[in-house]
Amino acid sequence: MTDQAFVTIKNAAKSFGKLEVLRDINLTVERGQIVAIIGPSGSGKSTLLRAINELDPLTSGEVWLEGVQINKKLPHRQYEAHVNQVRQDIGMVFQHFNLFPHLTVRGNITLAPTMLKGLSDADANALAEEQLAKVGLSEKIDEYPSRLSGGQKQRVAIARALAMKPKVMLFDEATSALDPELVDEVNLVMKQLAEEHMTMIIVTHEMDFAASVCDRVLFMDQGVVVEEGPPSVIFEKPEHERTRNFLRKHLSR
Amino acid sequence: MGLDFTVVPGYFGILLMGMGWTISITVCAGLLSFFGGIIFAVIALYGHWTLRLPVRGFAFLFMGTPLLLQLFLIYFGLIQIGIDLPAFVAGVIGLGLHFAVYNSELIQASILAVDKGQYEGARTLGLSRGQTLRRIVIPQAVRAVIPPMGNNMIALLKDSALVSVIGVMELTLAAQQAISRTYRPFEFYLAAAFCYYIINLALEAGLRRLERRIAASR
Ligand SMILES: Nc1ncnc2c1ncn2[C@@H]1O[C@H](COP(=O)(O)OP(=O)(O)OP(=O)(O)O)[C@@H](O)[C@H]1O
Ligand SMILES: [Mg+2]
Repeated sequence: MTDQAFVTIKNAAKSFGKLEVLRDINLTVERGQIVAIIGPSGSGKSTLLRAINELDPLTSGEVWLEGVQINKKLPHRQYEAHVNQVRQDIGMVFQHFNLFPHLTVRGNITLAPTMLKGLSDADANALAEEQLAKVGLSEKIDEYPSRLSGGQKQRVAIARALAMKPKVMLFDEATSALDPELVDEVNLVMKQLAEEHMTMIIVTHEMDFAASVCDRVLFMDQGVVVEEGPPSVIFEKPEHERTRNFLRKHLSR
Repeated sequence: MGLDFTVVPGYFGILLMGMGWTISITVCAGLLSFFGGIIFAVIALYGHWTLRLPVRGFAFLFMGTPLLLQLFLIYFGLIQIGIDLPAFVAGVIGLGLHFAVYNSELIQASILAVDKGQYEGARTLGLSRGQTLRRIVIPQAVRAVIPPMGNNMIALLKDSALVSVIGVMELTLAAQQAISRTYRPFEFYLAAAFCYYIINLALEAGLRRLERRIAASR
């Protein structure tokens, strides 16, 4: 498995009932690479991202992370245990944050490390402080999520994911639910992660951000990857008509 | 015969004792109905059918029959099969289970109302189904259910008067005792009503404080 890429998706297909949402998708991401997924609404971007951590398991195909197959076919109990294990290595950030409202910021961040990795309270607290400092929210450690702005919530969500020391981070439109003036603070955190060579797969509608941060861009439409390449190619001289049409709408805003 | 409230102070002791028992039975049955409600709700939603079916039958029984009958059944009926419970315990079990069934309905609804994103957030971190339920979903469902469940607790307090029929010396029975000695039903029932009112005020104040405390964490 050593010759494999860090994240590998092979011949992925996914249907919801009769609806084919993903078809024959192949994707490799090297360690430290940052890949953007763009495409029109309903093209399957979220489904692809969610297939990587088995939130929406593929109908067929394979997902690998560092030589471990994520979507192994196993008997139910073993499958659950396996999935719970591999998900610890895959951070995910959602459009709507999904912070736990009944826990403070500290509680949100320390929950999984203490429960799943057996960290002591002291170690978990230190970890929470460290991660919060990274996203610039040290002073909010004892607040409840309901007291935070959208941008702050998303930064806490990123800190929560990072506290598990994931091998790869998945972002599903992390800034789409934010007021425009709050987008930058989240983008800044993501850029900082990029500088630290975090492996990231980012679904986004922000073409400028994708162009400035990502090593590669995938354009998806109707469940397939229409084309992929470095941002300079995808954004400046895309090969396919569908890509050009999409970009025309999204770049002329 | 006119009203004469001057007889009441002479029976303060017995009324106070009655209040004490009413409060004890309400607190004990309230706790049973709270935790029982959570357990029933989890079984109803996630339990294996061998658990789910009896619990559903049980819920049907407790919702569809009079509480009075249930108390008789637990106190007098169980003796026949060798279970001789003290009246207080029988009262707590009867009231507690009865309201557990109602609380379970509320908790089930609020578990189902927890946002799908909460499960995804938790599962993505690596939490198992059970861990997600215990640490994320149920705590949120319980917080959401505190206000409507508070109404059930107030109903429980009022229905605790029913356990007088199995001989628990709670407030209503205490008032009756005083009446049997003084022949002053109006004065003592009113006094008892006033005592219930006082307990109710305290209960509501407590519930409001609880609601305020959880308001931030919703
Ligand atoms: N759980 C589901 N059940 C049935 N259909 C689904 C489900 N999730 C997604 N779909 C469908 O799959 C298709 C792809 O959805 P997906 O959310 O992956 O698109 P997307 O590219 O992320 O779109 P958007 O930009 O709007 O987020 C859509 O047609 C959607 O309706
Ligand atoms: Mg999407």
